[in-house]
Amino acid sequence: MNQTHVLLLALGMGLVTYLPRWVPLFLLSGRKLPRWFTDWLDLIPVAILSALVMPELLLSGRPPELNLLQPKLWVALPTFLFALWTKSLGGTVLFGMLLYWVVGMVV
Amino acid sequence: MEDSSRSPDTQGPSVPLREGLKAAWPICVGYVPIGLAFGVLAQKAGLSLGEIGLMSLLVFAGSSQFIAVSMLNAGSAILPIVLTTFMVNLRHLLMSSSLAVYLRRLGRGWLSLFAYGVTDESFAVNLTRFRLGAWHWQQALVVNQIANAAWVGSSLLGGAAGQFIPSGAFGIDYALIAMFLCLLVFQLRGGLYAVTAAVAGVLAVVLALLLPGNLHIIIASVLAATIGFALRRRYERGEG
Repeated sequence: MNQTHVLLLALGMGLVTYLPRWVPLFLLSGRKLPRWFTDWLDLIPVAILSALVMPELLLSGRPPELNLLQPKLWVALPTFLFALWTKSLGGTVLFGMLLYWVVGMVV
Repeated sequence: MEDSSRSPDTQGPSVPLREGLKAAWPICVGYVPIGLAFGVLAQKAGLSLGEIGLMSLLVFAGSSQFIAVSMLNAGSAILPIVLTTFMVNLRHLLMSSSLAVYLRRLGRGWLSLFAYGVTDESFAVNLTRFRLGAWHWQQALVVNQIANAAWVGSSLLGGAAGQFIPSGAFGIDYALIAMFLCLLVFQLRGGLYAVTAAVAGVLAVVLALLLPGNLHIIIASVLAATIGFALRRRYERGEG
């Protein structure tokens, strides 16, 4: 992979990432959205975050397989409780990393 | 706001900066280990320091950058990586749509700059504050840009120090998961949100087993939000 390729890759990735961020702001910010749409959008963040993290915790390998024994999953439980308890983003990141690191050394 | 004569679009750089910084620091604490990890992995995948910085600056979307690096390692061509990036980051479409409600009076130039900084984390932090009421687009923009600086800076640092850090050190692989777990906690604002999260999680896992790539994220999110929305409607009707 040479320099031109990486430049093209970064430009391509940048463009396809920017457009979905920009289009709704550009099109929707001028108008009042219908109630049903904002109600629906209200549930999107929680759905996305769960959809991002659950496969990460429960699956492993390529192609993915169910794996209920991996440390990633078991470290997630105390990390989740820590987040519930402290409501601290930075603290949770550090806590999760520390725990995962320690578990990795023991297991 | 005490000073009622101040119009919302007045340039008042000191307060937005301070308030924005206050809101942005947890994002930075979250980003720095992830940015470092990305820099390390990208360096190990053969990217130069300039290329690492450029990718973080142009893309500014952590998970897709990690995926890009792992696909590069697997010898992938450019187009599949760009398509995967598109699929992974399409979720920002939904986030920008939610934020648009609060940015109604903003000019197109500012909107275009704001769009650049919409990430999972800045979205979650800004939306939470917009919802509480006392949040200004300038403060939100400061959050976006500070987070961006932390992201680009830490990925450069990771790229520069990459050869000195063994992979897996300090639990760095776990930073992103821990961050998403906490952001998920922030979003659990009631039973309906918990149900939606559970549905999304189960659907995402099942779909990830069935579908190639990262399509499962967006499909599961849209389905789960729609199911949650239907439940809310039914509940409201039952109440009314």
